[in-house]
Amino acid sequence: MVGLEHYLTVAACLFVIGIFGLFLNRKNIIILLMSIELILLSVNINFVAFSAFLNDLVGQVFTLFVLTVAAAEAAIGLAILVCFFRNRGTIDVEDVNMMKG
Amino acid sequence: MGVADFAFYAFALCTLIGGLFTVVSKNPVHSVLWLILAFMSSAGLFVLLGAEFVAMLLIIVYVGAVAVLFLFVVMMLDVEFAELRAEMSRYLPLGALIGLVIVAQLGVAFGAWGYSEGFEGRLQHEISNVENTAALGQILYDDYILVFQLSGLILLVAMIGAIVLTLRHRTDIKRQNVLAQMYRDPAKAMELKDVKPGQGL
Repeated sequence: MVGLEHYLTVAACLFVIGIFGLFLNRKNIIILLMSIELILLSVNINFVAFSAFLNDLVGQVFTLFVLTVAAAEAAIGLAILVCFFRNRGTIDVEDVNMMKG
Repeated sequence: MGVADFAFYAFALCTLIGGLFTVVSKNPVHSVLWLILAFMSSAGLFVLLGAEFVAMLLIIVYVGAVAVLFLFVVMMLDVEFAELRAEMSRYLPLGALIGLVIVAQLGVAFGAWGYSEGFEGRLQHEISNVENTAALGQILYDDYILVFQLSGLILLVAMIGAIVLTLRHRTDIKRQNVLAQMYRDPAKAMELKDVKPGQGL
């Protein structure tokens, strides 16, 4: 019988894969954004799993909001990426030092 | 093992494989396709959990919008991805190490966690026999209307921000000048000449 722990395990594995992707693709910002999407997806799986097993619907409402923020973040991130690519001709994030921060 | 259990293991495996190949595959287009696989199979997990509305939303929003957005950007940008991947092996040990550390931490938390005392009293909306979508709508529009409006505002800001960031006013092309078109006077634009027979202008 599949219980809450099974879903939590899947979400934890997905979270770790997302973190792993962040480190593995330090230069390619597109894959970095995809890794962030994976991390948010694992959070969503946790929310929905707890919502189902605790018999409380609010977790699913929060999933909607996480989804909204993830979509907005992806749109803004890709817009910044396109803008950056136009200026520099590359998407290598290691030499993003134009602002000398 | 029942059908539901089998479906769970299949969807979970597909989710994890999709996630893993998203981060390790060489071609970013393949990465996006693996990401779509991960989203679809986690939508299957959500259906198994009884959250049909969120599952369909995941397919519509993530697969239909976000993944396609990624695909567009990956294909539009003319980037040499091979050199970006070249140093991947350099970061592999560090990434694996940090991944292991997080796995260990999550494992510790996993072995020790439990519900807090009196959590039953803090549950707010019991899942009833009402359809998932209808129940979600009732909660969303009754109790969380402000947050709902705010998330709409976030989307509006994201939309305006994306447009402002990527809009580029090119000066080296011909454009339509609407005002000049509206102020155009046919009487001045056209001149009638009376051409005599046998003569040119």
